[in-house]
Amino acid sequence: MITSILNAEIDYDELLEDAEAQEFEFTWEPLIILGIAVALVIAYLVASRFIRAKKDLRTSVFELQRAEFDTDKALEFRDVRVSFATEFGSVDAVKGVSFDVGPGEVVAVVGESGSGKSVTSSTAMGLTAENASISGDVFLDGKNVTSMAPGTLRSLRGDEISMVFQEPMTALNPVLKVSDQLTEVLQIHGKAFGTDALAKSIELLRAVGIPDAENRIHEYPHQFSGGQRQRIVIALAVANNPKVIIADEPTTALDVTVQAEILDLLRRLKDESNTAVLLITHNMGVVADMADRVVVMFQGEVVEQGPVKKILREPEHPYTRRLLDAMPELRSETSQEEQREILQKAKSEQESLSAQESEYALQGKDLALAYKFRGKSNRVVEGVNFGVKPGEILGLVGESGSGKSTIAKAVLGLLEVEEGELLIRGKNLPTLPRAEKKALRREIGVVFQDPAASLDPRFPIGDVITEPMLVHKVGTAKERIARAKELLDAVKLPKDVINRYPHELSGGQRQRISIARALSLSPSILIADEPTSALDVSVQARVLEMFAELQEQFEFACLFVTHDLAVVDQLADQIMVLEKGRVVEYGRKDQILRAPQEDYTKRLLAAAPVPDPVAQKQRRDARRELLAAQGLATD
Amino acid sequence: MSNEQTPKQTQADLEQQMVDLAEVEDAKLQAQGESLSQSQMVRKRFFAHKPAVISLIALTLMTVVSFSSIGYGIIPGWWDKTFTATGPVIDGGRPTMFQDGQILGEHPFGQTQMGQDYFAQVMYGMQQSLIIAFVVGIVSTLIGVVIGALAGFFRGWVESLLMRLTDIVIVVPLLVLAAILGQMTQGNVWLLAIALGCVTWTGLARLVRAEILSLREKEYVAAAVSMGASPVRIILKHMLPNSVGVIIVNATFSIAAAILLESTLSWVGMGVQLPEVSLGSLVDYYDGASQTRPWLFWFPGLFIIAIALSVNFIGDGLRDAYDPRQKRVGDRRPGLLQSLGLRGLNRAQKERAETDSVPGQPGQATHMVSAAEPKSNPLRFRRKK
Repeated sequence: MITSILNAEIDYDELLEDAEAQEFEFTWEPLIILGIAVALVIAYLVASRFIRAKKDLRTSVFELQRAEFDTDKALEFRDVRVSFATEFGSVDAVKGVSFDVGPGEVVAVVGESGSGKSVTSSTAMGLTAENASISGDVFLDGKNVTSMAPGTLRSLRGDEISMVFQEPMTALNPVLKVSDQLTEVLQIHGKAFGTDALAKSIELLRAVGIPDAENRIHEYPHQFSGGQRQRIVIALAVANNPKVIIADEPTTALDVTVQAEILDLLRRLKDESNTAVLLITHNMGVVADMADRVVVMFQGEVVEQGPVKKILREPEHPYTRRLLDAMPELRSETSQEEQREILQKAKSEQESLSAQESEYALQGKDLALAYKFRGKSNRVVEGVNFGVKPGEILGLVGESGSGKSTIAKAVLGLLEVEEGELLIRGKNLPTLPRAEKKALRREIGVVFQDPAASLDPRFPIGDVITEPMLVHKVGTAKERIARAKELLDAVKLPKDVINRYPHELSGGQRQRISIARALSLSPSILIADEPTSALDVSVQARVLEMFAELQEQFEFACLFVTHDLAVVDQLADQIMVLEKGRVVEYGRKDQILRAPQEDYTKRLLAAAPVPDPVAQKQRRDARRELLAAQGLATD
Repeated sequence: MSNEQTPKQTQADLEQQMVDLAEVEDAKLQAQGESLSQSQMVRKRFFAHKPAVISLIALTLMTVVSFSSIGYGIIPGWWDKTFTATGPVIDGGRPTMFQDGQILGEHPFGQTQMGQDYFAQVMYGMQQSLIIAFVVGIVSTLIGVVIGALAGFFRGWVESLLMRLTDIVIVVPLLVLAAILGQMTQGNVWLLAIALGCVTWTGLARLVRAEILSLREKEYVAAAVSMGASPVRIILKHMLPNSVGVIIVNATFSIAAAILLESTLSWVGMGVQLPEVSLGSLVDYYDGASQTRPWLFWFPGLFIIAIALSVNFIGDGLRDAYDPRQKRVGDRRPGLLQSLGLRGLNRAQKERAETDSVPGQPGQATHMVSAAEPKSNPLRFRRKK
């Protein structure tokens, strides 16, 4: 039998015929089942949408209740010490810090990076990094947070103590609607559920000043502006009427005008709810604006604490004094007469200027710039005219999105000029042939904003500084090293830094290396794109001082991009104020800062806080009046 | 890495006097000892990774033994038998290793049915497999890096052309492509290795492209562009050195993958062909003998696993060494127990030790803040402006 099968020849034709003879019947059953399933899903979606639309949201009123306290101290730190275990051994970040925050009080913790202010505050929520070890006690209204079980701590977070973070975009989840994130806070702590929670959330949004809250609540975080996002983060923080709010640099990532609004909001919410606020900041202006008491920290220790008036006006500790001295000052209050004088002077200067055709190091004529994205170009700068003479500094001032960095990019050749002329020492950069363009690059040095990213981490400092010379084939290896040492001397760093790597340097030191690199070919033009905005005040003061010195020594023309009016006041000769890619006001420094003509410039100047609580209060009222006079809402 | 992570062995007295942050920083710079370059730090971290170091030693040992025992080409080795010569089958070809008080004996790994010395065969197979692995690693890395870097840097039509090419290679099943190319090489090991390298570069090309795309946005690259540096200089000097972590780590993993791919190919009979043998083809020839003469199946199989595992561990170690974002400390630091998935055991030991000591001392946790929720700490990813 088996052999017969094995021996039998396979007739493929027959097999094929057999197969074809079989009829495949088309059956409806699977399709019907599939259809029913699809119909069910669609019906559910339609019905749920219908029901949701029909259902009237019960107008559940959200009210900020006044927080009730069992003790007279909302938050108390008692000899808190934190140390981190790192690769290189343990590092003491906080060395025995004690202070407290009373109900309805704003205590500002001030300090520069590395002072331990953020670490201290994170112990209050049990949010320290995983390699931290803590000793000492933190009491939240009498309850010891440091010895709490994780479960209890979780129920506390967002309910009795909540946090406002620095970066509103990263503090909100970009893939969840605002409504989901707001109702989540209420639901987690059992305050409200379902539609009730949604209605409460809408009221909450309204309370933090978001217009058209009932519709906008269904949008995603990226659809809101930066200031509105921070308002939403604040709404999350106050949702459960917490006893304590920790605000960790709540306005650092925001523009000045937005900062003023957010501080107003925080102040109003605090007054209504009697919540204690622990404000962490490095900005003395914010401290003067908000705080009742100040704690100054340095290298993990409290050096001074006391009422805001005393600390800011009569500081005792030398560190506090230096910190206040390092704040760049903005002088904008002027009398009518003074203003008239300044204006007259500016006018006469302009006349004499137009009379003599002067030589510009850098000049832009009807400049229009655009970002290209998938073939579409998006104009961000339009019709900008400016001219910088050798040895002059032009400050480009504006808020984020004003196009100030875009102009700097175009001068650096990182962005094509779409329209208009960009003259570098009289030559139009966009129309030059490639070789000449490269030669012109020698004339332009650059200092970028981020000290962490502006130096190649794999280059020793010596190579970083000599790179421009290497690219342009200037000098021998020995001469280049000699030049690097010379430059290190100029930026006041020890010469042996040459063999070190960027990661060993602090932010301020790295920024000084950036300046040394920019100057290595003795350029006639220097572009500084927010060179000090990532630095601490005292370090910033040091770098700015050095910058002014070097400018005097090397006499380069400089385009100084910044958002900080006080920095411009210290350095610039001319100022150009930009808004949404257009020039608002352009002129001599005195005229722009002391006698501004445009509404926008006035608003910008009024929003900048000063480090004096009394003066700041006057400025705050003056800003209110100004906004009212310009017909704008004051929150 | 920012300066916060640098060691701060500052003297308390000195700090008391200095109240200016800039001054403190400058003083720290003076006080710092030797400076480590990034590659030196990577080396230091790699050698602290125990499994990787052990694997590196094991891999070196296997390579040295396989090449020195039977020699390579015309260079003779210390083993007196070749992998083709037949001899009388002794004791059914059983391994003589650790038998009758001898360490190696006449045929440490036994003999085949035809009386060939199996130790010589396995060593020869290992040579071939290692050659294939490393040549594939080098070839695929080269192609991947060049294509990825060009696509990432130039964007535009260069990118679309190169990435579509990559897509085409990706959509054809790897085994089919490798089998066709493997057939064409007529069993020559070097050609086969190059052919395999030509089909396994796709993953790395995509990774390198992504890395270069993110490096383009770095300010030091913008600075180099604005100082007039040429694209070649920027790619070679700034971009590739900064993506070397991604490249090296993936090269090691592609070596491990190549060993397995070659074994698979040889096992289905499309890779190395007789008279050449590789570990994969040995497994293929003798998988029928796993019942009667199990050693013929087990020895090459074990070596495949050993090589692939050790290369993988080395890759793990390199990845940890290159990724400074993974600041692993305490019981999270890679060690033997951790790699074997026994972190809990280690932690339990530590906790027991901790409860014995006096709580509340500085530098010692009185409570485990983080252990409960190691991943839920929002502060870990916060950007400091």
